[in-house]
Amino acid sequence: MSLEKQDVLKIAHLARLSLDDNDAEQYQNSLTSILDLVEQMQSVDTNGVEPLSNPLEAKQRLRDDVVTEGNRRNAFLANAPQTEAGLFLVPQVIE
Amino acid sequence: MVDQSITSLAKKLRAKDISSVELTQDYLARIKHLDGQLNSYITVSDEIALAQAEAADKLIASGSTSALAGIPIAHKDLFCTDGILTTCASKMLHNFIPPYESTVTGRMQASGAVTLGKTNMDEFAMGSSNENSHYGAVKNPWNIDKVPGGSSGGSAAAVAAGLCVAATGTDTGGSIRQPASFCGITGLKPTYGRVSRFGMIAYASSLDQAGPMARSAEDCAFILQSIAGFDTNDSTCSEIATEDYTANLDAPLNGLSIGLPKEYFGDGLNNDVAKAIQDAVKEFEKLGATVKEISLPNLNLSIPSYYVIAPSEASSNLSRFDGVRYGYRCEDPKDLMDMYKRSRGEGFGKEVQKRIMVGTYALSEGYYDAYYLKAQRIRRLIKEDFVKAFEQVDVIMGPVAPTTAFGIGAKTDDPIAMYLEDIYTLSVNLAGVPAMSIPAGFADGMPVGLQIMGNYFSEAKLLNVAHKFQQATDWHTKNPSLAEGA
Amino acid sequence: MNWEVVIGLEIHAQLSTNSKLFSGAATSFGAEPNTNTTLVDLGMPGALPVFNKEALRMAVMFGHAVNAEIGMTSIFARKNYFYPDLPKGYQTSQMDDPIVGKGHLDITLDDGTMKRVGITRAHLEEDAGKSLHEDFHGMTGIDLNRSSTPLLEIVSEPDIRSAKEAVAYVKMIHSIVTYLGICDGNMAEGNMRCDVNISLRPNGQEAYGTRTEIKNVNSFRFIERAIYTEIERQADILEDGGKITQETRLYDPDKDETRSMRSKEEANDYRYFPCPDLLPIELTQEYVDQIAANLPELPKQKADRFMSEYKLSEYDAGVLSATRAMADYFEETANVAGNAKLAANWVMGELSKYLNSESKDISESPVSAGHLGGLLVRIEDNTINGKTAKSVLQAMWDGEGSADDIIEAKGLKQVTDTGAIEAVIQSVIDANPAQVEQFRASDEDKQKKMIGFFMGQVMKASQGKANPGMVTPILNKLLKG
Repeated sequence: MSLEKQDVLKIAHLARLSLDDNDAEQYQNSLTSILDLVEQMQSVDTNGVEPLSNPLEAKQRLRDDVVTEGNRRNAFLANAPQTEAGLFLVPQVIE
Repeated sequence: MVDQSITSLAKKLRAKDISSVELTQDYLARIKHLDGQLNSYITVSDEIALAQAEAADKLIASGSTSALAGIPIAHKDLFCTDGILTTCASKMLHNFIPPYESTVTGRMQASGAVTLGKTNMDEFAMGSSNENSHYGAVKNPWNIDKVPGGSSGGSAAAVAAGLCVAATGTDTGGSIRQPASFCGITGLKPTYGRVSRFGMIAYASSLDQAGPMARSAEDCAFILQSIAGFDTNDSTCSEIATEDYTANLDAPLNGLSIGLPKEYFGDGLNNDVAKAIQDAVKEFEKLGATVKEISLPNLNLSIPSYYVIAPSEASSNLSRFDGVRYGYRCEDPKDLMDMYKRSRGEGFGKEVQKRIMVGTYALSEGYYDAYYLKAQRIRRLIKEDFVKAFEQVDVIMGPVAPTTAFGIGAKTDDPIAMYLEDIYTLSVNLAGVPAMSIPAGFADGMPVGLQIMGNYFSEAKLLNVAHKFQQATDWHTKNPSLAEGA
Repeated sequence: MNWEVVIGLEIHAQLSTNSKLFSGAATSFGAEPNTNTTLVDLGMPGALPVFNKEALRMAVMFGHAVNAEIGMTSIFARKNYFYPDLPKGYQTSQMDDPIVGKGHLDITLDDGTMKRVGITRAHLEEDAGKSLHEDFHGMTGIDLNRSSTPLLEIVSEPDIRSAKEAVAYVKMIHSIVTYLGICDGNMAEGNMRCDVNISLRPNGQEAYGTRTEIKNVNSFRFIERAIYTEIERQADILEDGGKITQETRLYDPDKDETRSMRSKEEANDYRYFPCPDLLPIELTQEYVDQIAANLPELPKQKADRFMSEYKLSEYDAGVLSATRAMADYFEETANVAGNAKLAANWVMGELSKYLNSESKDISESPVSAGHLGGLLVRIEDNTINGKTAKSVLQAMWDGEGSADDIIEAKGLKQVTDTGAIEAVIQSVIDANPAQVEQFRASDEDKQKKMIGFFMGQVMKASQGKANPGMVTPILNKLLKG
C-alpha cells in the first residue's frame, strides 16, 4: 500500500494539520512504511471473529439524572487563548 | 535517604527520625543538583510540595496510617493536576494549568503523598524512547548516552536516579514496563479498568492504563492500593472490588506455574537479555515454581493491530486540541481553517502528527473495515491467546524488550525499527491483562527487565510473585552512579 | 410534467433531562454563556463521559410510542469533524446500533384519511454549542452551554408526499414527544429542529430523484413554506432540463427562499467508530417491558378515551387531544366543572376565540383550567347564566381574578329567591296594566307570544340577574291571576 502525496495532503486536511511540501514528502514515506507494517493483518483469516473494542467487554454504567456541577466558567476560561463576555473567541465562522 | 523503601521511610517519618518537609527538601535539592543531566522533570512544584509535606507531617502526627503519607513522589506529566502546569510534553499544552485533578493524582494526594513535580515523557505518550518531547530527550541514569525508554521515561529515570521515591506512569503499549526495564526499576501496568482514566490525557482510550513505577514490588503495591478502584467519572473503570495488595506479598510460590511463551524467545531477542531472563526463571524454580512452555501464537499480529487501533483512537482523542479553549493557538490566524491547521501543525510534534494521520486514514471511508475492524478482530484473537494460556498457567514470563536501552538517536531515523521493539509489550494492552517489569540483571552494564503477565485482576498475585523474587535477589537495589552536580 | 414529491424528515428532539447526556451540568435554557458547562462539555483534556440514565429511559419510551424495535444492545460512536462549537472535535452519536430501530406512526390527513409513515430509526446523540456571530472585532464567540445536551434524532422513511403531510407528521411527532413528557417541544427555543430531505421524480417513476436537505427549520409554518419553495425551485430546474445538486440548503423565511450552505459543502468524511470511552448499552427485556407498561396515554388513546368517557364527538376528541397541553387543559376544566360537554364547548369555543385573537397557545392562557372550570360550575348551579358567563370570562382573561371573585365584585349573581322574583314580577305587572289586560283577554297561542315581552321586562328590571328558569312559571301564574 503506497500513499500518494495527494493522499497525504487530504489526510492532513481532514486532521487539520498544516503541511508544507517538504513535510508532505516526509510523511508520505513514513506513513507508507507504517501502512506496509500494518498490511500483515490482511494475511490472517478473521472470518467469524467479532471485533473487540473493549478488553473487558463490560457494559455501560448509567448515571442518575442529577445536576452535580455548578458554574466554573472563570476557572475554565482562564486557559483560553482569547475570550470576551464569557465566550471563547475564534476567527469568524462563515455559514 | 534516597534509596529507601516506602516502608522504611514511613517508619522513619512516624519515629520522627525525619519529617516529610525535610525529606521533601532533600529530594528537591537532589532534583536541582542532578536533573540537569537527566531532564526527567518538566515541572518541579517546590512550593506545593513543601506545603503538602507540611500537611503530611501533621497528618502523621495525628496518627495517619497511610503508607504514602509524607512520601515524595512524581507524576507523569499527562495526569491533570489542579493548579500545576500539565503539558503532556507538548508545545500544544505548554501553558495549560488544569483547574481540576485527575483521579490518580487526587487519590495519591488524599493518601498524603507529596507531589515533587511532573515528569518528562514522550509527547502525548507516543514513543518508546522519550526522544519525542517538546522539553527535550530524557537521559538514562545508568548511561546518559542511552534512552530511558518511553513513554514514561521521565518517571523511570527519576525513580532510578533517586529523584523521587516513586512515580506514576501510564502504559498504552508498554510505556510503564519498557522504561522500567531500561532504567532498572519496578513498574506495574494494571488490568485495563483497574485504575480510573479520569483526568489522564488520553492517547488510546481502550488501551491506556495508569500504574506505579517504583524501586520494588512492595512500593508498587502501596501506590496501587491508593489509586486502584472504581470511579464514577470513568465509564470504563471496573466495579470489581480491589484487593489488599500488600497482604499476600510474602505468600510462598510453591506450586506457582509459570508459562514461557516460545514466541518471546525467538529471533530478535538479544542473547544477554535472554540469559538474564532464563536466570531469573531459574530463581523462580528455586522458589518452588514450575515452568512450562506455552504459546501466544498471534504475538506478531500485535504490532499491526496496535498500530491501527492506537493511532485511530488517538486521531479522535487529540481532535480537542484545536486552539479554541486552551493550549497553543498559532500567531495571527488568517481565518478559522488557518487557525486549526497551524495551531495543530505547530503545536504537535512530528511523531504525534504521524500517528494522527495514520489513525485518520485507518478510520476514513473505504478503509475502516480493512484497517480498524480488522485490527479489532485480531485484537480478539490476541485476547483469546491469553485466555487460553491462563487456563494452563498462573503467570506468564518473558523479556520486556528485545534489548537493553539503546543509544539516544540510534533509532530516530528508523521509526519502524522502534515500533518493532514493542513486540513483547503491546499484546498485554490489547488483551487488557496486567503485567509488570522487574529488574532481573544486567547486560552490558544496562538493566534488563523481566516481564510478568497475569490474568485479569490478578495484580495481588503479580506483586506477590515479584516481591518473592526481590526478596531472593538484589537486582532491584542496584543504583546508577550519577556525577554529582554535573 | 407532473412531479411526485418525496420527503423524508430528520427531527432532533431535545430530551428534557435535568442534566446533560454525559455530564452533571444543568440543561437550563437561557443561562449566561458557558456557565452550564463542565470539563466534559468543554472537551477539557482527560475529561470522560458518563451516560445519563434518564436519557436512555426517554429514548426507549419514544421507541415504544412509535411501535419500534428497541435496540437491546446499542453503541455510541464518534462522528469526527472540526467545528468551533464542537469542543471534542467529534460528536458522540449512534451509528450502526441505535437505541430505537424500525417503527412507524399514523398521521391523519386533511381529508380524514390515515397514512402510515415509517420511522427508520431514532438515536441518542449530544448537541453542539452555539456560535454567536455578533461582532467581536470580526471574531465569532463560542457558547458551549448547549454542548452535550441530549438529543433524540428521529429519522423517517421517505414516505411523505407533500408539505401538508410533512407538517402533519412533524405535528404528530411533536404531540408524541410532549405527551411522553420527554421533550418540551418549544420550537422557537430550538427544542425541536427539523431537517427536511426533498426530491422530485416524474409521476410513476420508481427511482428517487437527487435530493437536497434543508437544515434546521424551526416552526411548523416554516416547514410547510420551505417545502413549497424548494419543490418549486427543483421543479423549475428539472423542467428546464437541469440537474439537482445534492447539497445542504438553508431556508430563509424573510425572503421565502432556500439557499445553498456552501460552507458545509466540503465533502465530509466523519470517520465514525465506536466511542472507546463508552461501553455498549445493554438493556434487559424486563427494563424495556416495564417502560412499555408505564407509558403515558398517547394522543390516539386519549382521543378514544375522550369519546368513550366524556361522550365527545370524534371531531371534538381530536381537537382536544391534539396537544398534551390542550388535553390536560380540557380534562382539568371538565373535572372542575363536572360537565365534560360544557367544558369541551367552552374550551373549543369562547376560550379558543380569545387565544386565537392574541395568537396564544393554550399553555399560555391567562385563564387557568381551574378558573375556567370554576366559571362553568357557576353556570351549572345557576349562579349566572350563559350570557353573564361570557362577560365574566372577559374579566378573567383581563386578569380580574376567579369567576367567583368577579361575580361577587360585580354583583352578577342570579336572583333565585322566589319572593324576590315575585316582587320584581309584581312590579312589572303593576307598571304595565294595559299589556296585562290584553294578555288575559288572549287565547293560549297569543299568550305564548306575549310572554316574551314580560320576560324581557323582568330581566331588565332585575338587571339580568333573575334566573330565567324560575321566572317563567311565576310569571305565568301571576299573569293568569
